[in-house]
Amino acid sequence: MEECHIRATNVACRRGDRLLFAGLSLALGPGEALQLAGANGIGKSSLMRILAGLARPYSGEVERQGTLALLDERPALDEHQPLGRALGFWRRIDGGEAVGIERLGLEPLLDVPVRYLSTGQRKRAALARLLGQRAPIWLLDEPLNGLDTHAVALVEELVAEHLSAGGIAIIASHQTFALPTLTRLALAEHVA
Amino acid sequence: MSAALALLRRDLGRLLPGAQGGGTLLPLLFFLAVAMLYPFAIGPNPTLLAGTGGGVIWVAALLAAILPLDRLFAPDLEAGMFDQWALRGLSEELVVAVRLIAHWLSFGPFVMLAALPASALVGIEGETLRVVELGLLAGTPGLAAIGIIIAAVTVGLRGGGAALAGLLVIPLAVPLLIFGAGALSTGGEGGLALTAAISLVLVAMAPFAGGAAIRASREG
Repeated sequence: MEECHIRATNVACRRGDRLLFAGLSLALGPGEALQLAGANGIGKSSLMRILAGLARPYSGEVERQGTLALLDERPALDEHQPLGRALGFWRRIDGGEAVGIERLGLEPLLDVPVRYLSTGQRKRAALARLLGQRAPIWLLDEPLNGLDTHAVALVEELVAEHLSAGGIAIIASHQTFALPTLTRLALAEHVA
Repeated sequence: MSAALALLRRDLGRLLPGAQGGGTLLPLLFFLAVAMLYPFAIGPNPTLLAGTGGGVIWVAALLAAILPLDRLFAPDLEAGMFDQWALRGLSEELVVAVRLIAHWLSFGPFVMLAALPASALVGIEGETLRVVELGLLAGTPGLAAIGIIIAAVTVGLRGGGAALAGLLVIPLAVPLLIFGAGALSTGGEGGLALTAAISLVLVAMAPFAGGAAIRASREG
């Protein structure tokens, strides 16, 4: 896996005229994982978007090396297309083979249009998209939402494998995520 | 490059007439319906019809370009596609440029084709028909570019964005209509050349203006 790190220094985030959090710093290297914890609306998703470079921090800096993959509540798969073709589009963009279709139990669903998939099935489909990207830094926003216990265990397993291969994972979740090396960052401590 | 091709393939699959059920056919049917209804409304006077028919074809082409605007960017922004493209280093400018091509391909050539039966309905033929077709060839890329820019600027507006987009396109399209449809009455190549020039400027601007607008609505 390519060399990777992500470092945020003194980041603050503002939504409208409300300062969500300030003075937040974090640094992660290969094989490290971090869980962002905090109540709804505290700014976990906003921080994720800042870390991903999709939104600008109100102040502070984010520095990263290595490509990023983001999993959030939107699967970014074409609703009207069968799942196989919707994933195929990202495969053409990312290059390379399909990964994890069988493991995620998506094989029987490949002919089903994405709009007919359940919440948990969508989440698993989005995970397949994430795996196919082969990015060293994973940003997972509520990755366990809507998943059954079997799939939860599978996600924890996938993240553990990703870390042992030298990847980085940042997980925003209010649920417990079983992973021995996981450190926790409570956003509540940085509320402005 | 392969990413651009993958984008184009996806865009064409979503925008070309006949894709995704009937919605994509609507602009063309609308275009033909206007041309068909016009003779009924104006009466069977052949000179009047032939004299004004070209202008009606142009207005119908403009409306056909406006109809798909709400489908151009809003669904992709909502589905998080633009975030995923940005993470992969595909700039908004590239995505918008590819979509401009797909948007034009999904109505430009078809409007030119449908202009043949429409011309027959209003009694345009010969040299005038040639000017209509050349004018559409020169003008529709500009109409597509205006549509792309407006759709990108209004993409962040909740509700009513589509109606506002339609209203905003119309004043911007006036220069294209003046020179494009105007070439019919003067019969000159000058009008066509000016139409093509305006189109070129708009097409060159659209990816940057549209890309900046989409980035702004994502970061906001």
